[in-house]
Amino acid sequence: MAKMGLLIDYEYCDGCHTCEVACKKELDLAKGQYGIKVFQSGPWPIDEENEIWQYDNIPVPTDMCNLCEGRVAAGKMPACVHHCQSLCMRYGSVEELAPFLEEKPKRVLFSVREK
Amino acid sequence: MSLLSRVSEAPNMTELEDGTKVFRTTQWSPPGCHDVACGLRVFVKDGKLVKVEGDPEQPITNGRLCVRCLTLPEYYYHPDRLLYPMKRDRKYRGQADKWERISWDEAYDIIVSEYHRLTEKYGYDTVSVWCGTGREASGYQFQLCNEVFHSRTAIHANGGWSCVIPRQTAMDWLLGSAYVEYDGAFGFEDRYDDPRWECPKYMLVWGRNPLWSNPDGLFGHSTVDMMKRGMKLIVVDPRASWLAMHAEIHLQLRPGTDAALAMAMNAVIINEDLYDHEFVECWTYGFEEYAERCCTMTPEMAAEICDVPAEDIYRAARLLAQKPCTASVGLKADQNPNTLQICHAVWGIFALCGNLDNPGGVKLGQTMKTAGATGRKGVGCQIEEEDTNPIPIAGHDQYPAMDFIINTTQPDCTLDTLLTGIPYPIEFLYIQSSNFISSCITQQPKRWLEACRHKEFIMATDIMMNPTIQGLADLVLPLSFAIEHDGFVSLHGCNQPGQFNAIRKVIEPAGECKSDLEIMLDLDHRINPDRDLEAEPKWKDPYNYLNAKIHNFPDVPEDVTYADLCEWVYGRYEIPYYQYKLGLLRADGQPGFKSPTGRVEFWSTVKNKLGEDPLPYYEEPRFSKISRPEWAEKYPLQFTTGARRPTSFHTEHRMIDSLREIRPAAMMEINPVTAEKYGISQGDWVYVENPWGRAKFKADVTPIVKEYVVNCDHGWWYPEAKDAELFDVWKSNINELMPHKEIGKLGLGSHYGALPCKIYRAED
Repeated sequence: MAKMGLLIDYEYCDGCHTCEVACKKELDLAKGQYGIKVFQSGPWPIDEENEIWQYDNIPVPTDMCNLCEGRVAAGKMPACVHHCQSLCMRYGSVEELAPFLEEKPKRVLFSVREK
Repeated sequence: MSLLSRVSEAPNMTELEDGTKVFRTTQWSPPGCHDVACGLRVFVKDGKLVKVEGDPEQPITNGRLCVRCLTLPEYYYHPDRLLYPMKRDRKYRGQADKWERISWDEAYDIIVSEYHRLTEKYGYDTVSVWCGTGREASGYQFQLCNEVFHSRTAIHANGGWSCVIPRQTAMDWLLGSAYVEYDGAFGFEDRYDDPRWECPKYMLVWGRNPLWSNPDGLFGHSTVDMMKRGMKLIVVDPRASWLAMHAEIHLQLRPGTDAALAMAMNAVIINEDLYDHEFVECWTYGFEEYAERCCTMTPEMAAEICDVPAEDIYRAARLLAQKPCTASVGLKADQNPNTLQICHAVWGIFALCGNLDNPGGVKLGQTMKTAGATGRKGVGCQIEEEDTNPIPIAGHDQYPAMDFIINTTQPDCTLDTLLTGIPYPIEFLYIQSSNFISSCITQQPKRWLEACRHKEFIMATDIMMNPTIQGLADLVLPLSFAIEHDGFVSLHGCNQPGQFNAIRKVIEPAGECKSDLEIMLDLDHRINPDRDLEAEPKWKDPYNYLNAKIHNFPDVPEDVTYADLCEWVYGRYEIPYYQYKLGLLRADGQPGFKSPTGRVEFWSTVKNKLGEDPLPYYEEPRFSKISRPEWAEKYPLQFTTGARRPTSFHTEHRMIDSLREIRPAAMMEINPVTAEKYGISQGDWVYVENPWGRAKFKADVTPIVKEYVVNCDHGWWYPEAKDAELFDVWKSNINELMPHKEIGKLGLGSHYGALPCKIYRAED
């Protein structure tokens, strides 16, 4: 079976935590546990004069992520992808998602540890 | 306009193999949110709410749903939820252990008997109906106050009415239009793919973070949808928000100086002859005077006042002089005594450049059939006539312009009236979904608490106990959630194109909860038993009420009933471009705008008539170092407030564990240089203090604010602090640090930021 993964266009992640909470509710996770967690790099100014900032939010699946096997089997998207406010996440096989990395910068492809 | 049509043929309920029923419906409130009309799929099994998902059939939200709806079951089953009517002896106000469960009949008997007792003693206007911002209850506030209670004392306890009303006033008086918004192709079946729509080249985002505030019916993340389609941003914000960091130009202005910046941008467009001569000639009034006034504010002067580079002002103005460009103007334009001038000059940019009601421009509001702020004549037009309905309620004597703005009391004067009984006593308080002593709507909330504390009768409706109810109420009625009752929601009250959706009762209410509408009708039957229900069937029951109400909107076909809407769940309607050319804005059906001159009024005949300068001007923030140099040494910093977090709607959601995990306490953003100077590290508790008060926040050390600015969270109280006085509501109450009644000349706009303070580490 094809290796499945999550493609995240983190240029558009504004850090709203929707993926975290959607996942928590789907997997019924305890306080402090996450199936996906948003990490921040920045903010810091790279070039203050030209108002260029380093500031990215990057959702990273954890070892508790099962890529929503149940939802996917029922023909739905994983909970994080379904609810993402910026529509910046995509689910598919690693093979079909990989070419999207060449299309534009600031994308990342996660392959999740098998259960 | 186009008539409402069904969006999706999907059934409004499906049943899964295990017997779980999946209902499609729409959210508004409770729990709190604006009228964004997000689509829900609600999973109910054996009468239990199992989970909530976004509904992909909703063409604006596309199945997206934010953390507040995703945690709805946590809210729904929260142990602190109010489930039954409760009463408490008036002498025990403030005491948590004195509540006593009662029946609805007893609750209504108390309300009706207090109503008769107090109206006989003081007259009808002694009854006041209060409402929190944006919630579904706001749709019933005036009916309840005016038609059920026969009072004119509707209250929105917000200093200078600094929430949307100043912007709407400017839209009405200057643009001659109902509520305007950016053009996000909201009404088109194919949305952004509709060939009539153009993607804006630039969006000017002014004092707003729509992604997390979803203001007034706008689905904020549509901004990101448009960014992906090539739209660029110019952001005006004292904070480097995520949007600001993604902008081509971020004008990080000194808080409160907005009008200077907006005037200077106009000056560039005028001086460099970048404006749309044909539009200005055909459709506007007073250009020469406006041009002259704006040009008194050079970009160099504005750069000095606003603390932004002059070059950025030039660049931003030139970029906005293209077609199409649009605007996203937020709450911070309201929260300033200079508000009408800010709005005047900001929309002036778009009027100058002909970016009004063109595809991808600023979408003008649809004119309603009915009267009122959105009526065909426009409130501004009515000042030419005799004031046939002078409203002798709090503040309208001091601020007579309020008669032409909104039929509430003037908010700041309301506090004076509550304290003095002048011009009349307000002794009956009906508080709908408003937690006004928390740091959100009122300024100096302790004074509001004190002013209300001795009133003869106070009641509230809500879903949770909160500091305001605990502090003040004698009676509290439990509200049902949006998924527990019938209602409807439309985008900006149908002023803007898009959705008209059913809010459906998909689960039996918990306990004995009822909706604001059900409560209003129950009270009407008791207070107005002689009402002729055959002549006015809407007062019969919720169905008749909703069925009558939806037909007030121009887009709903006469043969579509409320039951049809519930079956469809979502309805869609368009509003054409260039309404001013088509004669759709004015009562007389002529082309033009619904202002007294029929044009966009660069020189405002309405403001002139009401005694305000007809042209925009800059007013220095009243407590800045320039205005109050004597304070500068003691209070070297200034604070701003109101920045939104996705985890709460103002004072709500503080008791939801999954959301508190993300944001556990009230935070203060502080620049690293300033933090070091004061010996403050990330996560330290810090006091913010000024002559009006002090409050405590956890430091978030970040370069996104300038060194002289700290940004404090609003809306905090601590529901877990059950033994503390009123849930520790004073601990992080930034609104205690705001002055009372420092408002604009016509009664609009107040400082909820741009205020001086000092900070120090909290050692306690």
